[in-house]
Amino acid sequence: MDNTTLDGNAAGGILQEIFPFEMTLVEETCAHCGSTRVVGELTVYKSAMGTVMRCPTCDNVLVRVVSTKGRYWLDMQGVRVLQIKTEP
Amino acid sequence: MERTALPGRLTWQLGDVVATQPETARTKSLTLSVPKWVGHLAGQHVDIRLTSDDGYQAERSYSIASPPEDGQQLILTIERLDDGEVSPYLTEELRVGDKLELRGPIGGYFVWEERLGGPLLLIAGGSGIVPLMAMIRHRRAVGSSIPARLLASFRTYEDIIYRDELEREAKAGMAVEVIHTLTRTQPPGWTGYSRRIDAELLREVAWPVEQHPLAYICGPTPFVETAATALLPLGYEPARIKTERFGPTGGPDGQHDT
Repeated sequence: MDNTTLDGNAAGGILQEIFPFEMTLVEETCAHCGSTRVVGELTVYKSAMGTVMRCPTCDNVLVRVVSTKGRYWLDMQGVRVLQIKTEP
Repeated sequence: MERTALPGRLTWQLGDVVATQPETARTKSLTLSVPKWVGHLAGQHVDIRLTSDDGYQAERSYSIASPPEDGQQLILTIERLDDGEVSPYLTEELRVGDKLELRGPIGGYFVWEERLGGPLLLIAGGSGIVPLMAMIRHRRAVGSSIPARLLASFRTYEDIIYRDELEREAKAGMAVEVIHTLTRTQPPGWTGYSRRIDAELLREVAWPVEQHPLAYICGPTPFVETAATALLPLGYEPARIKTERFGPTGGPDGQHDT
């Protein structure tokens, strides 16, 4: 499967397996450039190896998610803050 | 997957294929009956997962074409990509009675509900029309009088997805105005637009900004960028331009260039 560039909506499914929230509206702040975006606006690359979310401003890797048998592997070192609204 | 689902957390579930309907030569609508479906909003999508005999899995995202009012029945409209890993199976192999693994609904950003208001400007590039069709069908199902205008770009007349339904929609009371542009070839007597979308075309079809319009743009990345960029000088508020894009090289299965 080729790497394909998508937007953050394509990462909503895997993130919402892990977090019990509507994740495309979660706001993340990039640890590299400091810009804050909703997940739905991020650049997403999906491959057989997993899902990579990048900052559309500076291209910093924000989050990497890999789902293997019995385990989620979540690397979030590119994210400074996640803001999860629990009410509309 | 086997763990107990917490509220709001997604798990994979099975749907039954109860109908298939060709839309164009390259697109097909699948109606799925999903017994545990929790409901969705117009504009949301699902992930579909196929598992081969050797355990290899492939996942793709597909927009939901049916309105929330259809309950546990979901319609997905899939475009076949010849080099795709998933879409040829979904459009050619899958039969009524088969089961399909899916996860959803997903997405809270590219959704429309009546309380969000309008007037609506829906801009579709190719199969980007699918989530917008869910909005049109939802608007119809709830009897909304919010004005709505659809600008849809396809390559040829034969490529227009939902053509008959849109023609009926355009003639109904409280109609959605439907404007097509055909970028490659046009049938004799064609009165719509005949070019790729550009700033001038959008200036002609966009609602005046004084009406506080709400825009939804869905299509391949360059299409979405062009449309969104063209709306800004017209005074559209960035927060009222919602976009959903496919990959520039074809993106996920079901999406393409227009």
